[in-house]
Amino acid sequence: MLETLLVNYEEAAAIILFGIGLTMLLFHRNLIKKLIGMNIMDTGTFLFLASMGYISDRKAPIITGGVTNVEAYINPVPAGLVLTGIVVSVSVTAVMLSLTIRLYRRYHTLNLDDVYILSKHQTEDR
Amino acid sequence: MDIIRNFPLFTIVLSLFSGVFCTMLKGKTAKYYTLIYECLLIVLVSFVLWYTYRTGDSFTYTMGEFPAPWGNEIRAGVLEATLALGFLIIIFCSVMGGWKFLVVDVDETKVNLYFTLINLLTAALMAMIWTNDIFTGYVFLEIMTLTSCGLMIVREIGRTTLAAVRYMILNLLGSGLFLLGVVLLYDITGHLLMVPMQENIAKMASTSAAMEPVTMSLGILTIGLSIKSGLFPFHFWMPDTYGWSTPTSASILSSIVSKAYIFLLFKIYYRCIGIEIFENLPIRKILFILGILGMIFGSISAIRKSSVNRMVAYSSAAQIGYIYMGIGIGGMMGYTAAMFHIIVHAVTKSLLFLTTPRLAEVSGDSLLFKNLQGSAHRAKDAGIVFVLCSLSMVGIPIFAGFSSKLMFALSAAQSDNMKILFFTMSALAISSVLNALYFLRTVIRIYTEGRGGADISAHKLYEEEKGIRGVAYDMEDDEEEEETMLSKLEFRIPAAILIGMNLFLGLFSWYTVDLIQKGLEMFP
Repeated sequence: MLETLLVNYEEAAAIILFGIGLTMLLFHRNLIKKLIGMNIMDTGTFLFLASMGYISDRKAPIITGGVTNVEAYINPVPAGLVLTGIVVSVSVTAVMLSLTIRLYRRYHTLNLDDVYILSKHQTEDR
Repeated sequence: MDIIRNFPLFTIVLSLFSGVFCTMLKGKTAKYYTLIYECLLIVLVSFVLWYTYRTGDSFTYTMGEFPAPWGNEIRAGVLEATLALGFLIIIFCSVMGGWKFLVVDVDETKVNLYFTLINLLTAALMAMIWTNDIFTGYVFLEIMTLTSCGLMIVREIGRTTLAAVRYMILNLLGSGLFLLGVVLLYDITGHLLMVPMQENIAKMASTSAAMEPVTMSLGILTIGLSIKSGLFPFHFWMPDTYGWSTPTSASILSSIVSKAYIFLLFKIYYRCIGIEIFENLPIRKILFILGILGMIFGSISAIRKSSVNRMVAYSSAAQIGYIYMGIGIGGMMGYTAAMFHIIVHAVTKSLLFLTTPRLAEVSGDSLLFKNLQGSAHRAKDAGIVFVLCSLSMVGIPIFAGFSSKLMFALSAAQSDNMKILFFTMSALAISSVLNALYFLRTVIRIYTEGRGGADISAHKLYEEEKGIRGVAYDMEDDEEEEETMLSKLEFRIPAAILIGMNLFLGLFSWYTVDLIQKGLEMFP
């Protein structure tokens, strides 16, 4: 069991990172820390993808020196997926940060529990 | 006729362009543009439905003509086209019916941006329905999450911002889990396209290779998407999200966004894993149990609420439970019932969210039950629509809600498993009684004359407002009357369309059931 984990240490690290991020996103009360957790979670997934796509002793998939054999290159698809994932993650973070700013301007705190208590006292019927 | 094969792609690309185009228009122009554009989409999707129904087979559109294992694909069949058609009609009706409140809730300079969001959401919806590639599904799922967050925060009050933050946190959790599930499945099978993925998983199953990794990644995917769609333990974000948004947003979020996630999940079960393999996994039983718990606890939470919008929102949680229960029952009939209920619930719930603000409007802008007393007498058409929707939600025959409940019962009877039959029947019975309890209670409340325990200021406010309007009418010419006439039509037309759909689904359910079954046959 431990041996398998040590051989696949990159994947194990990726899943641990994912777990740390997930816990932070769920249980931290501070909104900025939640966002940091979300980014760690996404990074864990990207590490997993990148380490799975890499095959040792092979080169980046750009044809050099006329070698067209598939065996010489690594799989380019996971790298493409990581790029797409990063773009998605960045845009989501941007939206969430702008939401955070709006929330802070209104309630002057980043602690979600406090915001929730403050919002209870508002009278906005509809 | 081969041009019809391009239509699914057109619906996605044109929606993206329309989104950009709306940023350049003025608010009201953007609204008319969006309405006309949705009509165009409805025509395009109708052609796809007609074409696939007539040929009796689905078709695949390969992007850039790259063949199967490499390229990206779009696939259209009868099931996808039916759902897309239903969803587009609902978007059309929601935009039309909620306009009156939109101009109040949204800053005047930002109204066109609201329609940008609607068009982007349409693009994401279409892509999630048509796509044949699981990673494309992920990308558009994120676009849908972002646009639905935008739809909530256009109403710039503190509560919507807080609701949006909570909604986004849970949704990001769901998206993260979904991405991890997709990556694991890609790692196991080596494909992102659904057909080759299914072939590889079938190969693994036939050679008795270890299926645990597949089960685990599918479990992660399921948790992710059930958080996003609001299955039982994860339904607590619903009342804030739907209760505080502007009516158009509430109706689109409750009826379409959560259903799109369920459809994507169903598509993954059916097309990535293969339905025979899925039926033997324990995930199905868990979905069945959680669905039943959702049906009961959603309704119990709804009973305890003091505001009508929060009650309707919790009833959404119960209805999502019905759909997952249908997937859990399994078998052709169970899946048909689940897909049928997706349309039924979308049609009813979108109209409910368009109706409640009209009842609140004549009760001093308050959604609390105590203030709503007698509101159906002050807003007659809204009252009638609310009664019809309530009857459908409770499951009175001739309405759509009855047909779907009947189908759930039939599918349980066909499953040859006494436990499933027993639990389904009991859950349907309990849930119907609870539904009747809180919906009919509201109906009685809004038709009760007099003020009762009501907040008198609300009624006074209404009387005063009416007085001011009366004076204004005397002084100005017919312009005012035209305005109110238009605003009445803006509610009556979508209400008539949606109630017509509801009665059609209730009285002539076999047409839709036939479409869904044909679609499921060509789905794998």
